[in-house]
Amino acid sequence: MALTTVESEPGRFRSSSPGLRLVLLCILSIVLMVLDQRNQLLVDVRKALAVGLYPMQAMVSAPFSAGRELSDSFTARSTLVAENTQLRQRELLQNSRLQRMAALEAENARLRALLESTVKIDANIVIAEIVSVDMNPFRNMIVINKGSRDDAFVGQPLIDADGIVGQITRDRVFSSEAMLVTDADHAIPVEIARNRLRSIAFGTGELDRLSLPFLPVNADVREGDLLISSGLGGTFPPGYPVGRVRKSQRTTGQQFLDIDAEPAAALNRIREVLLIAPEELILPEPAEAAATEYSSASETVVDTLNATETESTTATTEDL
Amino acid sequence: VARPVRSWPAFLVLFVALALEIVPLPDSMQAFRPPFVVLALIYWIMMWPQRIGLGWAFLLGIALDIMHGQLLGQNAITLTIVAYLTLNFHLQIRIFPLWQLTMTVLALLSADVLIRSLIDGITGTAQAGFGPWIRVLVGTLLWPILMAILDQVRMGAETRPSDFD
Repeated sequence: MALTTVESEPGRFRSSSPGLRLVLLCILSIVLMVLDQRNQLLVDVRKALAVGLYPMQAMVSAPFSAGRELSDSFTARSTLVAENTQLRQRELLQNSRLQRMAALEAENARLRALLESTVKIDANIVIAEIVSVDMNPFRNMIVINKGSRDDAFVGQPLIDADGIVGQITRDRVFSSEAMLVTDADHAIPVEIARNRLRSIAFGTGELDRLSLPFLPVNADVREGDLLISSGLGGTFPPGYPVGRVRKSQRTTGQQFLDIDAEPAAALNRIREVLLIAPEELILPEPAEAAATEYSSASETVVDTLNATETESTTATTEDL
Repeated sequence: VARPVRSWPAFLVLFVALALEIVPLPDSMQAFRPPFVVLALIYWIMMWPQRIGLGWAFLLGIALDIMHGQLLGQNAITLTIVAYLTLNFHLQIRIFPLWQLTMTVLALLSADVLIRSLIDGITGTAQAGFGPWIRVLVGTLLWPILMAILDQVRMGAETRPSDFD
C-alpha cells in the first residue's frame, strides 16, 4: 500500500462536495432497490457480487467447520462403537421396512398408471451442508454450500431426516440462500395426514412455531395431528412431514381456529440438508417413461388414452 | 499536519466488522449482535474523514445487502446517509466528551434503524417488534469500549515509523 498524507490524498470523488456525493449515491441506491424489487434484472449482478464475497464467508465459517471436524476426530472409540451398533440396528429395521416399501411402490405405480397419473414419488436427492454464517438476524434464512454450479435452483425444496426444512430463494454460484418454513414470509400448502384436510402453514419468524390461520372453528383438528405437504402449488413434493399440531384452540367470537404447529424438521440443530430434484423435472417425457416401465399393467390404458388423444386432435384440426 | 499515515488499519477494521456481522451466534444471542459495521464506519469517518468517505459506506452497504440476503441498496443507502451525517458534524463530535459522543452514536444508530424500517415499510417486508432497537442499545453500550480499542489502532497507525510499508 502506498504512503499517503492527509492533505494530498488523491481520490475519485475528492473534488466534489460531500452533499453532491450523498445525492448521487442515494439515487444509485434507490435505482438498485427499485430494480431489485420490481424485476429480475439484478439477479446476475447479485450472483457476481456474491461470488466476490464468497471467500469472506468461507473464511468466517472455516473455524467453525474445522472445530466440528476436530471434535469428530477426537470422539472416543467406545462412543463410535456404540453409535455403530445403534446405526446397524436402525439400518436393519429400516431395510425390513424398505422390503415392504418396494412392493407398495410397485403397487402404487400400477394403480397410478391405471389412473393415468404420472406422479412419481421417487426423487433425486443431493446432500448439502449448511454454511456457518448468519444471515439477517430478523429472518429465518440459511446459506447452504450448493449453488447453481451444483444444479441447485430457486424454489428447490430442502428436507432433513424428519421433514421439510424450506426452499432455496436465491442461488449464488457456489452457495445458495434458503428460507426456512418458519420465516415470516414463508407459507407452505399442507394437509392433515389423518383426514386429508387441506390448509396453508405460515411461518411466524420463530424457529419452533408454524401457524395455520385459515381453518374454520368446526374443522376437525386435534393436538398431535401430523401435517404433511399436500403438493399443491408445485414447489414441494407431496407426502413429506411438515409439522405436528401443538395447540388447536377455539376463541369465542373468532371465525377461525387458533392453531400452532411445531415444525417436523429440527430447524435449529440441522447441519446437513437434502435438496430434492423432482424426477419430473429431469425426465423430459415422464408419460413415456411411465408407460414403458409399467407396460404390462397399463398397456391397454395407455392405448385407449392414445386413441382418444388422436381422435380429439383430428377433431380439432377438422374444426379449424 | 501533513504526516505520513497508513490507512490499511482502517480497512482491516472495517473488514473485520463485516465478518463479525455474519459470524454464527447461538439463536438466543442473535438479537443482541451489535451493529459492528455502522459503529466502525462512524468511528473512521469521524477520525479519518479524508480517507474513509461516503463511497466506502456505500460499498460496505452493498456487501452487507448481499451477505444478509436483503434488498440490494437498502444497507447502502442507510450507511451512506449515516456516513454523511457523521461527516457533516465530525469536527464537532470529535471533541465531545465521551458521554455526549455516546449519545450522538445513539442518535446515529437510531437514524440507521429508522431509515431501514422506512424502506421495509415501503417494500412490505416490515417486521413487528423491538428487535432492531435492542441492537441499537447494545451498540450504544459497546461504543466506549470499541472507541478505546480503535483509538489504540489509530494512534499506532499515526505515530509508528512507516519505513517498511
